[in-house]
Amino acid sequence: MKANNMKKFLLALLFAPITAFASGATLHLDKAPDVQGDQAALQNGAKTFVNYCLNCHGASYVRYNRLTELGLSEQQVKENLMFTAEKIGEQMRVAARPAEQKQWFGATPPDLSLIARARASEDGSGADWLYTYLRSFYRDDKRPTGWNNTVYENVGMPHILWELQGQQVLNHETHKLELSVPGKLPAAEYDKQVADLVGFLVWMAEPTAGLRKQLGFGVLVFLFILFGVSYALKKEYWKDIK
Amino acid sequence: MASDTHYEKYKSDGSIQGNALEWFDARFPATSMWRGHLSEYYAPKNFNFWYFFGSLAMLVLVIQIVTGIFLVMHYKPDASLNANGVPVAFASVEYIMRDVSWGWLIRYMHSTGASAFFIVVYLHMFRGMLYGSYRQPRELIWVFGVMIFLALMAEGFAGYLLPWGQMSYWGAQVILNLFSAIPLIGNDLAIWIRGDFVIGDATLNRMFSFHVIAIPLALLGLVAAHILALHEVGSNNPDGVEIKSKKDEHGIPLDGIPFHPYYSVKDIVGVVVFLMVFSIIVFFAPEGGGYLLEYNNFIPADPMVTPSHIAPVWYFTPYYSLLRAVTYPLFGIDAKFWGVVAMGAGVLIFAFLPWLDRSPVKSIRYRGSIYKTLLTLFVIAFFILGFLGTKSPSYAFFGVIPGAPIAQLLTAYYFLYFLTMPWWSKIDKYKPEPERVTFK
Repeated sequence: MKANNMKKFLLALLFAPITAFASGATLHLDKAPDVQGDQAALQNGAKTFVNYCLNCHGASYVRYNRLTELGLSEQQVKENLMFTAEKIGEQMRVAARPAEQKQWFGATPPDLSLIARARASEDGSGADWLYTYLRSFYRDDKRPTGWNNTVYENVGMPHILWELQGQQVLNHETHKLELSVPGKLPAAEYDKQVADLVGFLVWMAEPTAGLRKQLGFGVLVFLFILFGVSYALKKEYWKDIK
Repeated sequence: MASDTHYEKYKSDGSIQGNALEWFDARFPATSMWRGHLSEYYAPKNFNFWYFFGSLAMLVLVIQIVTGIFLVMHYKPDASLNANGVPVAFASVEYIMRDVSWGWLIRYMHSTGASAFFIVVYLHMFRGMLYGSYRQPRELIWVFGVMIFLALMAEGFAGYLLPWGQMSYWGAQVILNLFSAIPLIGNDLAIWIRGDFVIGDATLNRMFSFHVIAIPLALLGLVAAHILALHEVGSNNPDGVEIKSKKDEHGIPLDGIPFHPYYSVKDIVGVVVFLMVFSIIVFFAPEGGGYLLEYNNFIPADPMVTPSHIAPVWYFTPYYSLLRAVTYPLFGIDAKFWGVVAMGAGVLIFAFLPWLDRSPVKSIRYRGSIYKTLLTLFVIAFFILGFLGTKSPSYAFFGVIPGAPIAQLLTAYYFLYFLTMPWWSKIDKYKPEPERVTFK
């Protein structure tokens, strides 16, 4: 570390408590629509994920055959969603290797299997964060990629869905994003597309979540009955205790 | 069971089962254990709500051991990166969550069970403080209990490193680094404990060993000692009077009832209610809003990226607050060291309660307003310290009242509560205890 850098680092440390306090200000996140019950939406999200995200981001904890839980047959998954894998039981990996990516981008793009759980915070759910983030890219010539983001400042990733959304610019007076070049999709349809993608990311972060809740109701019904029986048993035994 | 009790050996009625049982009982204390600890262990009949948490703690211990056995079948304590660039340990947890049949359920039961363990143990300890259960002749039960609490904290800490997420890694980093604050030997000690200059594969492997073998063994031994000591002197009760002082002609306490069947059937009701609450969390909120499974822990451990805010899991936060409250160096030794001392003392000071409490009565029912007020304030202080422990040191209530000095004030109260107890517990007013337990 050069002396100058060292000084900056120490200054940063000195002011860390203040900046920590400043960053405590809550981020305003838009509420992501809940599409977990909508198989068509999740399938559409899977398609967007495979076409746009999987080029750089892996989902290495998820096996392709798990996608059959979204109402697709193995055949459909193989024909429409599997581009870099041979067998249906393989994990959703990126073709590029992590070390190579690090060389290209300076950092390995994170695995997205769990991103919807990891991005949750006091500001909102992980889905809310992703939903807002993917709609908050704007043109910024100061960045090497030409893109910046109001949710994730100085983000390393370019706006991969720009074809669909078009290009936004940040109005520095109102601090709001404005569409400068329209994309393939009208704003409402783009929002729906992102909502489906986020829905898929949420599903992928915990594919058993649906079963978990379903099973939970059954377990509670059983315990409720068991409570009645055990309470009656206790009363029967204890009626003589005075 | 008092150890001077001698139970007759089982006599066969001539049937095959009877003969087998007689043979067995002649060689093993089966009937004496059954009678001494269950069917003829006389417990006071006036146990209330607070007396469920002992048996519930046993239940949670069993849940943790059984789910733990199955988790160990699939978990791999390995910090090296797999082909996808993910630490093997982290990936093996996700493998359990996704590819192992019912693995998600077993893992959620275990992660929720950890928090449940602390909830029931905290309530169990509070019961002791309400009714003076630590008082003579139950001092040793209480001391074993404090040791269980300490072992539980070590178990929770070691277990939290295993998923090898960001919070696992950096939480362990903060806590294990504390050892380096000890003068002279600190740095070498910290390296010895980590097994490396940084938290790494060696640390993960030894924490795995502690978590699945060393500490559970100690825990089981301590739980056995806790219960044996309890059955030697008999249970306290909400009135804090000794039921053994009033016995009938057979030597059975007038206010005692056999643990089995009376408390076994009663505890089943408690178990079912507990399982309802437990299931609601396991099935509908396993993350507990980021308090049971922290969001940052869904990101694999990365030694190069420090999270902006490192918070321990909720059950450690009151003690984390004690640690952070000490900010002044003393006798030329770093403040961090005294923070560690405060945290350790905060746990161990409970062990001295039997000798700090000088009240002539045990139960809060017959104590004066000083005890009631100070205990209430202690509970409030404990909650606020716990809350502040989840926040960064710069946290301010409503954005204006700084949390750090409040934590220091409450830390002072925490210790003064114990240290001045010999004085105020003695001068406090009290009502006379009843002759027999009160029971509606």
